[in-house]
Amino acid sequence: MPHIPLPEQLPGISSLFSFRPETAKPLRELAHVLLHEPNSLSPGERELIATYVSSLNDCYFCQTSHGAAAASHLGESETVTQVRTDFERAPISEKLKRLLVIAGQVQCGGKHVTRSAVDAAREHGATDIEIHDTVLIAAAFCMYNRYVDGLATWQPRDESMYAQMGEHLAREGYTTSSIRTPSAA
Amino acid sequence: MAHIRLPDGLQGIRAAMAYRPETAKPLNELAEILLHAPNSLTPGERELIATYVSSLNDCYFCQTVHGAIAAAHLKGDEELVRCVKADFGQAAISEKLKALLVIAGKVQKGGKQVTTADVEAARSAGATDIEIHDTVLIAAAFCMYNRYVDGLDTWQPRDVELYRQRGKKTAKEGYVAMSQEYLQQANLTPQGD
Repeated sequence: MPHIPLPEQLPGISSLFSFRPETAKPLRELAHVLLHEPNSLSPGERELIATYVSSLNDCYFCQTSHGAAAASHLGESETVTQVRTDFERAPISEKLKRLLVIAGQVQCGGKHVTRSAVDAAREHGATDIEIHDTVLIAAAFCMYNRYVDGLATWQPRDESMYAQMGEHLAREGYTTSSIRTPSAA
Repeated sequence: MAHIRLPDGLQGIRAAMAYRPETAKPLNELAEILLHAPNSLTPGERELIATYVSSLNDCYFCQTVHGAIAAAHLKGDEELVRCVKADFGQAAISEKLKALLVIAGKVQKGGKQVTTADVEAARSAGATDIEIHDTVLIAAAFCMYNRYVDGLDTWQPRDVELYRQRGKKTAKEGYVAMSQEYLQQANLTPQGD
């Protein structure tokens, strides 16, 4: 049961967005800019970074919904599973692997990011803005994950729900609700 | 030196925000609502939560600037800010705020660390649902801001007076208004020598 009374039938962060629309607005906008707007990193790559950090933070809702968004962008889910379990062996670019190293360091704490990790990313073609966005995506998911779990939101184990959410997120981004409410049918 | 080429002369998060105004906008709006907009928790109380979490995350820039903003809201009481960072159980703050700081400390470790007993204790001390919500989100947000500031290895000068003056101004004007200063500065002096 959630720590505070949240709207029923809304899972994870959706219930929090509904509870506090004032903070929902910038939180949605931040995710939209970082994950959905045009960027030299593809939306699939950015969703993989979000998924990886959420899995390190052990947040079921975030890793499953963003994993589904990544799978929707990539057209398959095997890569998502591999990135979560062992990204060094995943069929992704060397650049993305080096960015995932940085993201993992950010998850441990900002001061964990090393000069050599940044240099390695740069050697594999990462630009300054890609390094910036990787750090901020990883940092932002250290927030979203804590927000979702810190209030003990409802996180149903329902794969089809997350698959549907993932498709919506991949298509529409983050400024509108990805949850199909029963009353909206 | 920062990990990426950031605008010269801007400290901490200001450099990162000036570098990427698209993300600076929601980041400032979030801080504005959580810390500055009207709330049943005073701005001073909310800044103390932000300062405490930033000190747990060992982020010099954030704990110093938010500590200065907290002090500005608290009639210049820098000693109280120091006490909250060192041992908030002994600080001259309400039992409610102490119970909320316990929750904030749990969030800093990880969302799942927050227990029903922690939440019940805050509620017994008078905390409302929205105050519990905002405490969790402030703590979570500073786990982001702190990582952003340190993860890019931004310039964080050890100049207490600079933070004190900035704190007074931010306490008065808020985050969105203050951001105009450096976002405009970024436009006037683009990256480069």
